[in-house]
Amino acid sequence: MTNGEWAVEANGLVKLFGENRAVDGVDLKVRAGTIYGVLGPNGAGKTTTIRMLATLLRPDGGSARIFGHDVMKESQIVRQLIGVTGQYASVDESLSATENLIIFSRLLGLGRAESKRKAAELLEEFGLAEAAKRPLKNFSGGMRRRLDLAASLIAQPPLIFLDEPTTGLDPRTRNQMWDTIRRLVKTGSTVLLTTQYLDEADQLADRIAVIDRGRVVAEGTADELKASVGTSSLHLRPQKPLDIERARQIVERVLQVPSSVSPEASKITAPMDDADRVTDLLIALRESGIRLAEMSVQKPTLDEVFLTITGHGVPEEEESEAGGLAKKKEAVG
Amino acid sequence: MSAGTAYQTGRKLKNRTSLMQSIRNSLTMAYRGVLKIRRTPEQLFDVTLQPIIFTLMFTYIFGGAISGDVASYLPVIIPGILVQTVITTSIVTGVQLREDMDKGVFDRFKSLPIARIAPLAGALLADTIRYTIATVLTFSMGYIMGYRPDGGFGNVVLAALLVIGCSWAISWIFAFFGVIARTASSVQGISMLVLFPLTFLSNAFVPVDTLPNWLQWFAKINPISHLITAVRDLTNSGTAGSDLVISLIGAAVIVLVFAPLTVKAYMRRT
Repeated sequence: MTNGEWAVEANGLVKLFGENRAVDGVDLKVRAGTIYGVLGPNGAGKTTTIRMLATLLRPDGGSARIFGHDVMKESQIVRQLIGVTGQYASVDESLSATENLIIFSRLLGLGRAESKRKAAELLEEFGLAEAAKRPLKNFSGGMRRRLDLAASLIAQPPLIFLDEPTTGLDPRTRNQMWDTIRRLVKTGSTVLLTTQYLDEADQLADRIAVIDRGRVVAEGTADELKASVGTSSLHLRPQKPLDIERARQIVERVLQVPSSVSPEASKITAPMDDADRVTDLLIALRESGIRLAEMSVQKPTLDEVFLTITGHGVPEEEESEAGGLAKKKEAVG
Repeated sequence: MSAGTAYQTGRKLKNRTSLMQSIRNSLTMAYRGVLKIRRTPEQLFDVTLQPIIFTLMFTYIFGGAISGDVASYLPVIIPGILVQTVITTSIVTGVQLREDMDKGVFDRFKSLPIARIAPLAGALLADTIRYTIATVLTFSMGYIMGYRPDGGFGNVVLAALLVIGCSWAISWIFAFFGVIARTASSVQGISMLVLFPLTFLSNAFVPVDTLPNWLQWFAKINPISHLITAVRDLTNSGTAGSDLVISLIGAAVIVLVFAPLTVKAYMRRT
């Protein structure tokens, strides 16, 4: 019996494209039954990492196991445990949705009648039943993605790789995709998804690895990552713009931190360690007769996390190393 | 936990694909190829037009000069044109394979637990439909022009099967080019370069003894010549000789060499 706890264990995965270290020692551990997000900018090595884990690309270094099975030595077993949905829909353009699903079902060993039933069932589930007979050429991007995902689910694989599942989708379709992904995990599947959208990782993923220039630069839950960047911040907007200077003095006096003012929004922003101090601040503001239009305390967004981690926040030693790798290309398709 | 559920569904995990599974997967992939041909019938343009045009053209151009008149040239040219046309058609297999492989769907094929050879073998198998169309059309054109093979209908069918089978074998060569080449057009280029000398420096259009000595030597060892002779024997006299045996052995050797090479190259490619 294999180790059921870890769906994915990758140790020091390396992939070279010529001189370019597209993936440069990636470690990942994904617990079974969770959604794991791999977050990174274009060309960070996300797709290459997924392709290695999905047996589509041979690693040049390191090792990876899927439910305890080595991706190189036991690739045919690994393929029985995974479903892959690529960045570009991996379905047959010249065939209809039904034909696509039937062919994939047949390849996976389902009988003729069973394949037909499975195809119809999946098309229904993904809201594609009406378009089932039409050739894919006339499908919208969202429909293609859904079909693609449906195709990955035929064999009900315990682990599903989704490479940028919502890139290029409109917000409504994106939300549908998110719902589908959440539903998958409820039925016991493990999902490893890559995304460039911080929002997406934040919404979906139980844990997130931030990957940049072929390396994991941070790992943890969304909250941990946000906390690692530092404090929350306070945003204040007085009703009367004229009050802003006075309000600012009060903020700095009570919180004892420097603040900043955005002129166009006439908003005061100040870092804040202790949310409890807000009470004092609000009392002080009321005493001086300043009325507020808006007040909020925000944790840093993942955008800020991302910029801090991948941008100036990168540790010295990595920065110098990464200098030589300024130009990077991610291998796709 | 989810790993547990996967095993509970009774899924047996094996790291090898059996021969039966390979055949089943290949047949499914062939079914896909057939569906594709049905969806894009314009792909069949070449196999419909080429036999018609070539048969007409070459018969009337060379007929008088080589055999005195068109009627007595037909038993020579029809088998020649047949082999040339059908084998030329098999180049398209390589070109289309290359195009196909660039599409995302091949990524899915690779990530499925199926026999590695299936996507290739299936595509090649489906293309025998193209060869069949070309074969039927060439014989039909010949018939319209007055060709009445002495070997009888049964032997014509055997000859057709022989040509289709050998073309399928040869298509593995072009499939190999298709897998290793960077673009579809380069596959076309390399394949043409190989095919033109092979089909023209043979006994397809002219009797070999009219050629200069050095060329005779090549035309005689050219496997295409043997295939053409085998077809002529079958259609014109209903006999099977050493040429037939050589053709079949040649076809088998090509498959034995190029099928593993192609699959290996396909696996290495990403």
